[in-house]
Amino acid sequence: MKKLKITPIKNGTVIDHITPGFAVKVLHILEIPKSSSSVVSVAMNVKSKLGKKDIVKVENRELDPREVDKISLIAPKATINIIRDYEVIEKHRVHLPDEIIGIVTCSNPTCISNSKEPVQSRFLLVNKDPPRIKCYYCEREPDDIAERII
Amino acid sequence: MKMSFTNRDIISIKDFSKQEITYILNYAKKMVPYAKGEKNASLMKNKILSSLFYEPSTRTRLSFESAMHRLGGRVIGFADPTATSQKKGESLADSIRMADSYSDVIVIRHPQEGAARLAAEFAEVPVLNGGDGAGQHPTQCLLDLFTILTERKNIKGNNVVLLGDLRYGRTVHSLAYALALFGADLTFVSPDTLRMPKEVIAECKDLGVEPSSTSNLDKAMKDADVLYVTRIQRERFPDAEEYNKVVGTYKVDLELLKLAKKNLIIMHPLPRVVEIDPAIDVTPYALYFKQAFNGVPVRMALLSLILGEALP
Repeated sequence: MKKLKITPIKNGTVIDHITPGFAVKVLHILEIPKSSSSVVSVAMNVKSKLGKKDIVKVENRELDPREVDKISLIAPKATINIIRDYEVIEKHRVHLPDEIIGIVTCSNPTCISNSKEPVQSRFLLVNKDPPRIKCYYCEREPDDIAERII
Repeated sequence: MKMSFTNRDIISIKDFSKQEITYILNYAKKMVPYAKGEKNASLMKNKILSSLFYEPSTRTRLSFESAMHRLGGRVIGFADPTATSQKKGESLADSIRMADSYSDVIVIRHPQEGAARLAAEFAEVPVLNGGDGAGQHPTQCLLDLFTILTERKNIKGNNVVLLGDLRYGRTVHSLAYALALFGADLTFVSPDTLRMPKEVIAECKDLGVEPSSTSNLDKAMKDADVLYVTRIQRERFPDAEEYNKVVGTYKVDLELLKLAKKNLIIMHPLPRVVEIDPAIDVTPYALYFKQAFNGVPVRMALLSLILGEALP
């Protein structure tokens, strides 16, 4: 029998179809493992029908889809699978929120949000796929969203 | 159509619909005799404007202050931030909280993009953006539209050539968007290194206008109805070498005007340095001083509308 590289989890959340190479950034955005003590496994460049992908598995923790939505900035095709007793009981596509607060820094060095003012970075959604966002303050659109993740 | 502007911030021209802009421009026409001192109205009596200028300004600051005085209001503020607590390290947010408690309306100019939007978050009173770095300058945009509208009766149907520093020049970013909103044809003329940012071009296209871009002014002049000239701004360049490469690339002079349509109008947000020959000033083409005056009725209109004290 061919041994699976990634073993199924009994309970928890599987984030599938992450843009290849972005799994670590996804963990960073979700503040995992800082935000939980769950066992986390990461697979990168996994072959699939639609080409390569990354996968993240978080055991014994069901992530709130709204919490996970923010990863769609860098992984717009990702799916969130909630697993109970080895069965997928819920499956969602990530959905980019209309406002993204405190996740991405503005690419404009002279934007007021990059100075020592008491505000978090704030972006408004321009386009869902491909993701395009613009700074609420200076109205610039960053080219390199993945590089701007805080 | 009656619209409500009471307590609204004026941060970016994009915060306003075409109908709202048209309303403001038509209302500004009513303000012209008041701006000239031919009529009097004390709409701003007992109102105080905070005029917070963190960057140098002549026209924006003086015309805002003139607008407030003409309407019977008073002005506090500064034109040099080195004389304020910013020098001691105070945040903009805290300075705005102070101005908010001392006045009924705030106008701010600041070298950093997004500063006015931030100010509006921390102020209860309405905030007007008097220019934020290379970002937005909505009141300049409105007075530019007002100037074209009063001179040409319509904005649509004009081929407007925007010339000069289209990369760092904040007035041209707001203006290109607004002209596209009104359906004007747009031609962008700049040195290659100072081209219009792609976001602005994309916005024009989203509004159904396909701007053409060139570095050849002579070619663009022949079809121009409005020539909007901007200064290449030394203060926006990251280094002097880049500035020296492009300064003086274009000069509007009598020779160039031989190519122009007879009814061309030349506008400039001012200050000009070398880009318009002073010999142009006495020709019927020159509209930039009248344009600068138009800042007063337009700003009177805005102050009056957002403070809910409109002319009958």
